[in-house]
Formats: sequence, C-alpha cells, structure tokens
Amino acid sequence: MDVVVLESLDPLIEELRSAGYTVVGPTVQDRAVRMAEISSAADLPAGVGDVQDPGSYRLTSGADGMLFGYAASPDSAKRFTQPPRQTLVRMRDGAFEEVDEGAPRVALLGVRACDLAAIAVQDRVFAGSRHPDPAYRRRREALFLIAVNCAVPGGTCFCVSMGTGPKATAGFDLAVTELDAPHRFLVETGSERGGEIVARVPHRRAASEDVHAADEVSRMAAVRMGRQVDTDGIQHWLPAAHDSPRWTDVASRCLSCTNCTMVCPTCFCSTVEDVTDLTGQVTERSERWDSCFTLDFSEVSGTHARGSGLARYRQWLTHKFATWYDQFGTSGCVGCGRCITWCPTGIDVTEELACIR
Amino acid sequence: MHPMTPAPFLVRSRRPVRADTVNLTLEPVEGACPPFLPGQFTMIYARGVGEIPISISGRTRAGGYLQTIRAVGAVSRALCRTRRGDLVGVRGPYGTAWDVPAASGMDVVVAAGGLGLAALRPVVQELVRHRARYGRISLIVGTRAPMTLLYPRELDRWARAGVDVQVTVDHPDHEWKGPIGLVTKLIERIVFEPRRTAGFVCGPEVMMRAAAGELVRRGVAASRITLSLERNMKCGVGRCGHCQLGPLLLCLDGPVVSYERAARLMAVPEL
Ligand SMILES: Cc1cc2nc3c(=O)[nH]c(=O)nc-3n(C[C@H](O)[C@H](O)[C@H](O)COP(=O)(O)OP(=O)(O)OC[C@H]3O[C@@H](n4cnc5c(N)ncnc54)[C@H](O)[C@@H]3O)c2cc1C
Ligand code: SF4
Ligand code: SF4
Ligand code: FES
Repeated sequence: MDVVVLESLDPLIEELRSAGYTVVGPTVQDRAVRMAEISSAADLPAGVGDVQDPGSYRLTSGADGMLFGYAASPDSAKRFTQPPRQTLVRMRDGAFEEVDEGAPRVALLGVRACDLAAIAVQDRVFAGSRHPDPAYRRRREALFLIAVNCAVPGGTCFCVSMGTGPKATAGFDLAVTELDAPHRFLVETGSERGGEIVARVPHRRAASEDVHAADEVSRMAAVRMGRQVDTDGIQHWLPAAHDSPRWTDVASRCLSCTNCTMVCPTCFCSTVEDVTDLTGQVTERSERWDSCFTLDFSEVSGTHARGSGLARYRQWLTHKFATWYDQFGTSGCVGCGRCITWCPTGIDVTEELACIR
Repeated sequence: MHPMTPAPFLVRSRRPVRADTVNLTLEPVEGACPPFLPGQFTMIYARGVGEIPISISGRTRAGGYLQTIRAVGAVSRALCRTRRGDLVGVRGPYGTAWDVPAASGMDVVVAAGGLGLAALRPVVQELVRHRARYGRISLIVGTRAPMTLLYPRELDRWARAGVDVQVTVDHPDHEWKGPIGLVTKLIERIVFEPRRTAGFVCGPEVMMRAAAGELVRRGVAASRITLSLERNMKCGVGRCGHCQLGPLLLCLDGPVVSYERAARLMAVPEL
C-alpha cells in the first residue's frame, strides 16, 4: 500500500470534484457535526471537538486548527448506502416500471473505521443476500470512501471491543490520518481509483516519522476508548437471557422513540409505502427506513408479535449483538456509540449488556 | 431486476369460498409462472394499497397460481375485491418448503387450523398424487363453523383417494354431526405409528403449538414435525427485517420450520 503525505486537503478535494464527485464531509450545522457538501477544506470544522455521553452531545473547542478532532457524528454513511426513502416502482397504464433513482458519484470524506465496518455489514445485507439489490451495488460503486482515522474517540465509543477500529484497515479508497506539528495528512491508498486520485495531487512519500506519528494517533485513540463490551460468547448468552429481569428495568427507561435505530449505521429495517397522485393515474411504491421500536412493525393477524416495549427493546439489542450473526454472519454492532449518545434517556448498550450478562 | 419489483399478473378467476374469503387464480401477463414447492408463498401487490404474503395453494390447469385470501385488513380486502381481468403484482415464490417426499414410507399427519389448509393444500395434493409411497395419511382440519370450511369438495375427493379426513368445528350448526372442539382432540384419537410418522402443521400459532405438542406427546420426533410460521412481512427477500423470530428471518429461513427449532422460539413470549 502506498503511503504519502499531503500538506493540505484542498488539492485532493479539488481533484475529486473535477473527477465528477460531489464531495461530502463533516460541517457544523445546528450545533452538531453533520455530513454535507463541501467545496474546500475551509468548510471543515477546524478546531472543533465534541463531548459525547449517554443522552448528551456537545460541541467544544478542540485542538487548534485540527479538522477531525471529534468522534462519530449523528450522520453516518447509511444515508448514502441506503437512502431514507427510495422510490422502487412506478405504475401507470397497467405497467410496473422499475425506478432507478441513480447512483450519485459522492466522495465521502471523514468516514470513520466503525462506519467502514458498518458499510461492510450493509454490503452483506443488501449485496451479499440471496436476493441481491442491484441499485445498492451501483450506489456502493459510486461512493468514493475517504476514511479518517480517529484521534479523539468519543465518550460513548467502543470500537475496540467490536474489533472495528479505531484505525481503518480495509474498505476505503483512501485513509487519512491527521497529524500536527507540522499540520499534515498521512494518506494510505486502499483501491486503484484511490491511487489514481492521489497520484494527481501534490504529495511526498511518507517518511518513517510520519508513519510512526500516525501509528501513535491510532494507538492513543485505542487507549482512550470511552467504553467497552465483553463480546465473548455473546451470540449464545444474550438470546438465552431472554427472561433476564434487566429487560423490565431498561424497558421502564426506553421511550420506544426509535432514535437509536435511526442513528445506527447498520440498522437496515424498512417498510414500503404507496402514494397515488391526485389524478389517480400514477402510483409510486417507495421503501423508507422503519424501526423495530414501532408497534405496527410486528403486526400480525390483528395483534402484535412484540406488543410491549420490553419485547421491542429486547429484540433490538439481541438482534444487534447476537442474532445478527445467525442471519448475516457478523455482529450488527460496530461500536460507534451513536445509539448511546442519541438516546434521549441515556440508555447505554454497554451498560445494559454488562448487567444482563 | 430489483428484488422488490413485482411482475404483472392478471386475475383469471375469482371465486368466493366463504363470507370473507376468495380463491383467486393468477397468471402472469407474460411468460409462465415460476415453479413453486408446497409451503412457499408469493408477495401479492394490490395497486396503490400494498403488498402481502400469501401461500400458493396450487397450480391451475393453465399453469397459474391458485391463492386463497381472507379479507382481514386493507390489502387482503383489496385483493379479495379484485375482479377477473384485474392487474395485480406478484413476486416470488419465496421461502422454505414442506419436504413431502422425505415422509416416504412413513405415516403422515397433516393438521390444518382455519386458513392453514390453504398453505397445506399442495402438501395433501402431493401425498395423494403418490398415495402408494406413504403409510396411513390423516388430514385433520379445524375450522370455526361448518360454513367456513375451505375446499369441501376436495376434502371428499381426498377421502376417496385414501386419506383419513377428519373435520372438527368450534361452532357447530344444527346439521353438524362431526366432532366439535380442538384439533388436538382428534390427534389423540387417530391411528399412526409414532416412530415413523411425519407431521405437517399450519394454522394459528396456538393451534400449531397444541397440535405439534400433542404429536410429540404421542411419540413423534419433533424434527419430523414441520410448521409454517406467520410474521409481518414487507419484503419476502430478507431486507425489511419485519419477519424476524429470534435468529430466523422467516421469509428466508421459513415460513416452514421444523418444530424442533420452532418450539424453543415459540416458547419465548413476544420474541
Ligand atoms: C408466509 C405467509 C403466508 C400467508 N398465507 C396466507 C394465505 O394463504 N391466505 C391469507 O388470507 N393470508 C395469508 N397470510 C396472512 C396475510 O399475509 C395477512 O392476512 C395479511 O398480511 C394482512 O394484510 P392486510 O393489509 O390485509 O391487513 P392489515 O391491515 O395488515 O391488518 C391485519 C390485521 O391487523 C388488524 N389491523 C390493521 N391495522 C391495525 C392497526 N393499526 N393496529 C392494530 N391492528 C390493526 C386488522 O384488523 C387485521 O385483523 C400469510 C402470511 C404469511 C406470513
Ligand atoms: S448498536 Fe449503537 S453502537 Fe452499535 S453500531 Fe448501532 S448505533 Fe453504533
Ligand atoms: S433505547 Fe433510547 S433511543 Fe432507542 S428507542 Fe429506547 S429511548 Fe429511544
Ligand atoms: S419479510 Fe422482509 S426480511 Fe423477511
């Protein structure tokens, strides 16, 4: 793998734009880091840090001039791999037309190691399935992924426990480690098209000091990890603990608000809706994100398979950490901590798992 | 093609079979119906309303699907209201199947509760088609009332073909002379050799647990009993997440599941 050093990200962003990509990266909006289109490195959140705790997210001032001094933002790559709403089929004049919403060429800058792992999980669900989704494959191919290795993990992160981070090891086109004194970016190439882009921007070969400095960033991030989970045997002990008293306890705190499933980068559940236009001539069927926390999710024969909040929380947590293995051969959790940060009542999956065990 | 894109099918015939249930036969606008195995289902789409899983109850002489639909909600009601010549969407067939040939050389107990007979019809047809391969064949049908019995003429035909057909009703009318009450009551009475018996069960979950439980009590191996489980299904192809039952995605790993596997899962309330 080629390793180079860039003094600035601007030529890279410029090169991606001229290659036809919309570059999407972290920006500050509504007092949070959100993924949005950027036109230069000046749009990135310089000197911004964050404090994340159960049920709490605050931006703070971070290290001077650093562009990636914060952890996972409420936006993950899911919005780009699985759009929140996509039209599947249009019907008119007695014919079903498959709708191709296209695959926008997007370069995602600032994808964290946990998010790369989450994309790999979604690949198994949508592309590796017995009924593969060609539109998903096209969207994935059109996504150019520029990972950023985390320097400052969030207070709710536990990627080390899940074996997904903090350093990006696979699944990216380029992986960046931001270094200071002097400010520079170590860039690893993970794909042929990544290499072609880097070859066209001013760079120098990485010296061993650069590589060591980057290794140190990832080592320190791992050491400073906010949380941890003991995943040993979890596929077996968690489903077996279906009658643990802890479920009643956590259910008394869970509002079934669906926040955790919306921010989770791997949660893929969806439902399908029909909309007919005012003339009654054209009907569109679209798929949109759904959540196992809603009551009608499990509606069957006039009742609900999971009528209680307890059953819904248990379904979600057990699916994420255990039954996902049965269905997709991998954990459904990548340890990004988003569900902990964005739970309005501060429910912490790592704490719940420790109590259930 | 995208797995969520339905193929256009035409309603070839529509026959009401009881107050809230119709038999539809569906044929593709183009080409032939894909082959199906007993127990598999299709996702049928009513334009502008929605799409639901419906078992394939048989193949028509012209090669179409026979599907029996009970009107319970928006989509099933819309499908029951379709008329001959109407366009519907069909995806599938999907899901696991009942392995009927695996019961060769054995006694067979088929237990159907209510609409469960719609899913089991291809099983019984297969058994009757190769009657000589099997030992005693018992078909036990539980239904609400004599009037709500599905496929009454076929039940007679199957009886003549060597199937011990027994019907029990919850609410008898004054003409009813047969058994009253639960399907399990009949399982207690029928004759089979438990050590070499296969069970095929479909109906409401309580009925299936009772029927499969009774077969096990009489000595049938749980691994030789297969059930068809029902869950909400929005896709049928493993992408919507709605059909989960613990580790299973019932649209892929089911709906037909061995009782050995299902018993533990069904025993957990609200799984
Ligand atoms: C594998 C499989 C095979 C099947 N095979 C058949 C078959 O062969 N024939 C058949 O008829 N059915 C079959 N079913 C069942 C069928 O799929 C359901 O009856 C159907 O999905 C109901 O959809 P619907 O839109 O008509 O009703 P829905 O609107 O989904 O309503 C279903 C029930 O819930 C109630 N309900 C509706 N909305 C609400 C609400 N908001 N809150 C509370 N309750 C509500 C309704 O009154 C109704 O009783 C099968 C199901 C599966 C999984
Ligand atoms: S379950 Fe929580 S920590 Fe795990 S991937 Fe989803 S949002 Fe992140
Ligand atoms: S765990 Fe928290 S975020 Fe998830 S549904 Fe419950 S209250 Fe909402
Ligand atoms: S019905 Fe959608 S995943 Fe099974």
